[in-house]
Amino acid sequence: MGAMKDFVKSFFLLELFKGLTVTGRYFFARKITIQYPDEKTPMGFRFRGLHALRRYPNGEERCISCKLCEAVCPALAITIEGTEREDANGQKSRRTTRYDIDLTKCIFCGFCEEACPVDAIVETHIFEYHGETRGDLLYTKQMLLANGDRYESEIAKNRALDAPYR
Amino acid sequence: MMEVQLLQFLQTQLGSQWLWVEPVWPLVWALMQIVAILAPLVAAVAYLPYFERKVIAYMHVRIGPNRVGPAGLLQPIADALKLVFKEVIIPTKASKALYILGPILGLAPALIAWAVIPFDAGLVLADIDAGVLYLLAISSLGVYGIIISGWASNSKYAFLGAMRATAQMISYEISMGVALIVVLMVSNSLNLSAIVAGQGQGMFADMGLGFLSWNWLPLLPMFFVFLISGVAETNRSPFDVVEGESEIVAGHMVEYSGMAFALFFLAEYANMILISAAVSTFFLGGWLSPVGFLPDGIWWLMAKISAILFLFLWFRATFPRYRYDQIMRLGWKVFLPMCFLWIVVVGVWMLSPLNIWK
Amino acid sequence: MEFKTFVFFVLATIMLLAALRVITARNPVHAVLFLVLAFFSAAGLWLLLQAEFLAIVLIMVYVGAVMVLFMFVVMLLDIDIARLRHRFWSYLPLGTMVGLLIVVQMALVLSGNYFSAEALPGHSMPADYSNTKELARLLFTEYYYPFEIAGVILLVGIIAAVLLTLRKRKDTKYQKPSEQLAVKRNDRIRMVSMPAEKDEPSVDTAAAAATEKREGQ
Repeated sequence: MGAMKDFVKSFFLLELFKGLTVTGRYFFARKITIQYPDEKTPMGFRFRGLHALRRYPNGEERCISCKLCEAVCPALAITIEGTEREDANGQKSRRTTRYDIDLTKCIFCGFCEEACPVDAIVETHIFEYHGETRGDLLYTKQMLLANGDRYESEIAKNRALDAPYR
Repeated sequence: MMEVQLLQFLQTQLGSQWLWVEPVWPLVWALMQIVAILAPLVAAVAYLPYFERKVIAYMHVRIGPNRVGPAGLLQPIADALKLVFKEVIIPTKASKALYILGPILGLAPALIAWAVIPFDAGLVLADIDAGVLYLLAISSLGVYGIIISGWASNSKYAFLGAMRATAQMISYEISMGVALIVVLMVSNSLNLSAIVAGQGQGMFADMGLGFLSWNWLPLLPMFFVFLISGVAETNRSPFDVVEGESEIVAGHMVEYSGMAFALFFLAEYANMILISAAVSTFFLGGWLSPVGFLPDGIWWLMAKISAILFLFLWFRATFPRYRYDQIMRLGWKVFLPMCFLWIVVVGVWMLSPLNIWK
Repeated sequence: MEFKTFVFFVLATIMLLAALRVITARNPVHAVLFLVLAFFSAAGLWLLLQAEFLAIVLIMVYVGAVMVLFMFVVMLLDIDIARLRHRFWSYLPLGTMVGLLIVVQMALVLSGNYFSAEALPGHSMPADYSNTKELARLLFTEYYYPFEIAGVILLVGIIAAVLLTLRKRKDTKYQKPSEQLAVKRNDRIRMVSMPAEKDEPSVDTAAAAATEKREGQ
């Protein structure tokens, strides 16, 4: 009896028709594609994209050249050299002379932001950037500071949103 | 008739400089007919991949190509341009002449078979009595394009793919041919126009329900055998072990690039359209209208071809690929005996008083 | 020269050259492809004779099926053409003689009074003459028994070929799709109720164990 049923099932292609109805139903289903450059998906405030170096409101760079980020970076993408100089308040302090991030190495793990004691290095929500040569993806201190200046309001907003969870 | 009229029109209206055309007129007229058939066909072949991508995308709940032109309609042109400007690489140890001949031999049969497909009553390029045989003979030539290109590439993957393709295609050609024997039995002719005309007669056709008197209903098992064999014959999913991108990286096409590769692509889609036209002609009543109150015409054939093509795409979006030994089993151990059985059944039916084909 | 004659000579030339290349080609695959070309030219010649059924069947059977299998064999076997050709020239006298014999026979048949083309009946045919139909009429009326006997002989050949190759090897495992399809869940998995071997720990001891663990950390 069971064999008979199986024979009928395969001879009349019943299961194939069942499969066809499934795909046939989805043919008319509402399409959920996001038309990327025109539409974008919402993004969380913890998104880890392009790096930036922040400044204090008085214009002094936050980074104190402690090299914790360099130490914690699992991809060895950060290179820092520091020296002593006077800060904006006229006090002696440590500041960087060089702060390079090689984005071809970076894995965007976010450890550098976690390690930073002064919230200087942050990862922004920017992910649409490109380089036409390999050197373009080696971000120097000036470029990172420029990123920070440009996106400071968004960075500050995202930090504020994240603050309650820390 | 139109042939003579056009010639007279050219000579009387356009003046004496057209007099030279008279001795070569049959040749010119044949060329004009060929272009009139092939130009829309090639356009359809170019747009079929676009519709394939759209249909499969819709079944995946995506929207498919929509960037080039309105709704992506210029996508085939962009693809063609890309392929034209790519270099055709010929492997160092390839057999050069055969390597170039392969894709051409693949595409040509798919195009010349259209000579016998009737588009409307009397509207056919070559109304020969052995039309079905011609169709079978030409479709059996498509194998050469594959086996020659596979061998000439001098590559393991290409050769393996070509072997698989050839074995599969000649196996399913047999079930297709035997399924057609049943059609020939009931329509009593080898002429495709006569086969279509024969489907427009009978009890249901007189009642104005023509689609019930077409061959698909009384020969339902053969309809399915022919359709599924057609899918296998064109090496389409779920029988696409020939391409088998996950195992043998596109089979016989693996060494080809640029326009040579595009020819294989065109051949595959041209074959799909040809098989759809054959299914429509043999089983779905060709140009005949499904109901009595609507006029017959070429648009019905177009609609039927489009419906079968949609089925091809639907299959591809639905079924997983067959394993190679199971493809062979299906062809030889299931379809072929079924066809032979049905020849006997229909033979007995035709000799019994219940015969509906008189 | 009439157009038909011109076509005939073109096709005949192609056919002869292709046939010559079949025996002179170095590569067996090329030889097979030239044979295919020769078949095509022959089909063209038959079409000129208005024997369209025979022409199409020649392409369908020989080009479409037989030569593909030839190609398979030639491609899969490692044929050393140089060795096959080893004593080509020593066979030449015999080959020439056989060839000449065939030519003489053909000439006798075609030029003789009895067989000459003009002597054959039915030379002028009506416009709707279909040689497919005529062939079928002859096969199924006058030559019915030879036709059926040929069919039976072919069937015997098929059965013999199947029997010769049909052997079941004991050392390989076969799949039977029907059996695989027929398998139900209950054939493969059996749910067994297994009572726990230890008693369930009481609530107090469990809580105590948890506290102990926490303190240990």
